[in-house]
Amino acid sequence: MNALTRAVLSFWDSSIGKKILVAVTGVALLLFLPGHLIGNLLLFAGKDAINEYALWLHELGHGGAVWLARIGLLTVLVVHILLTIQLTLRNREASQKYSHPATTRASRSSRMMIWSGLTILAFIVYHISHFTVRIGNDYNGSAYLTSLPGHDGNVHNVHQMMVDGFSHVGNTLFYIIAITLLCSHLSHGFSSVFQTLGLRSRKSEIIIKQAGRAYALLIWAGFLSMPVAILFFGYGSI
Amino acid sequence: MNFTLKVWRQKDCNSDGHIEEYPAENIPIEASFLEMLDIVNEGIIDKGGEPIHFDHDCREGICGMCSLTINGIPHAREKGTTTCQLHMRHFEDGDTIWIEPFRAGAFPVIKDLVVDRSAFDSIIAAGGYVSVRTGAAPDANSIPITKEDADHAFDSATCIGCGACVASCKNSSAMLFVSAKISHLNNLPQGFPEKDRRALNMVQAMDEAGFGNCSNHYECEAVCPKSISADNIAKLNRDYAVATVRKALA
Repeated sequence: MNALTRAVLSFWDSSIGKKILVAVTGVALLLFLPGHLIGNLLLFAGKDAINEYALWLHELGHGGAVWLARIGLLTVLVVHILLTIQLTLRNREASQKYSHPATTRASRSSRMMIWSGLTILAFIVYHISHFTVRIGNDYNGSAYLTSLPGHDGNVHNVHQMMVDGFSHVGNTLFYIIAITLLCSHLSHGFSSVFQTLGLRSRKSEIIIKQAGRAYALLIWAGFLSMPVAILFFGYGSI
Repeated sequence: MNFTLKVWRQKDCNSDGHIEEYPAENIPIEASFLEMLDIVNEGIIDKGGEPIHFDHDCREGICGMCSLTINGIPHAREKGTTTCQLHMRHFEDGDTIWIEPFRAGAFPVIKDLVVDRSAFDSIIAAGGYVSVRTGAAPDANSIPITKEDADHAFDSATCIGCGACVASCKNSSAMLFVSAKISHLNNLPQGFPEKDRRALNMVQAMDEAGFGNCSNHYECEAVCPKSISADNIAKLNRDYAVATVRKALA
């Protein structure tokens, strides 16, 4: 076994190595979310704007870019989840419970990372089934085809799919709960990235913490604005 | 002052432990926490019972021998204080006080409140030293070092290795201890040449000893009697990654 292989294997086996990989994959997901949000916020720019964006996304790189992004994101997500579960199991094995436990500084969001993470995982599976694969609905049907100015033929009516999807109370409540837990997860995850990658110092600690909270809040407000506007304010209904 | 103590009693490492209740009566307000336990133990011994076993040595807050998790917090809630420097005036008369050992899988209970912290020794043996003879204390300013590095090394060197960081951590991680020991030596000219080897070997020893990993809760920093900063953990993470790259390319 050469030096490179030995170094890679010991890094993979070590607690710090695993945490650094969780942080790096976390960075990829932290970067993906604002992009996903900005694209989806085109819902408020009107039917043609978001339908054109969806078409552009699916035709980018002759349809290859969206698949490249999907495979990349899925790989990042799987590595992030598997390593986190491994670390959590190792922590369970290492720790013992107190008869009279107490907490001095750990935030609530930091203590529930694994549970918020697993709920987000369930949400991602549901979200992909709902809007990407479109299982259990007729979003792939001809009722969801529409014309687009400057484009020959029909395109998928993403605008209508979102309006219909978020008009359902059960769906929207699940979205609200999951996005709120995502906000909690991101709030701790954002600042943890800097600590785990060794980029935090005493001077930058407060700035990083506040930036993490601001980022999480923006993601929360942005993603919730769509289901809330549709369900509670009737946005998009005829 | 009078208190009700809920104390963890455990015959040995192979027995199951349990909480037992003891009255602590007529405790002088100026008594330290360990002196309060001494008084309670005298009463237990007078009645022919087995005294409560606990670790202590210097009782000056510098040796790192005393432990005790008091009301769920290692060394209690007072900031920057070891158990031996904690005084009963910080409690209210009539309080119920829970006293448990430092809990972690890597710190097995030997008896009652005494735990085996020799897992820390195995980590130090893996790299917490300078391999060559560096001689006696050098004359001031004879070895060039920046004030910032000297201060950082000294701040880290104040770690007394008590294990409160591990006991407070929800994951029983030893990252604050390990990072403090590594920062202490890596910041000094004498320890710098072994920087990479030290980080890799001490982290490996930490993992092998059965400690958990850091989830950035910062409980360790909050309870550390020497107020060691969690910045050391960030630096260790960075040093470990750099050391791995250097080793891979070597």
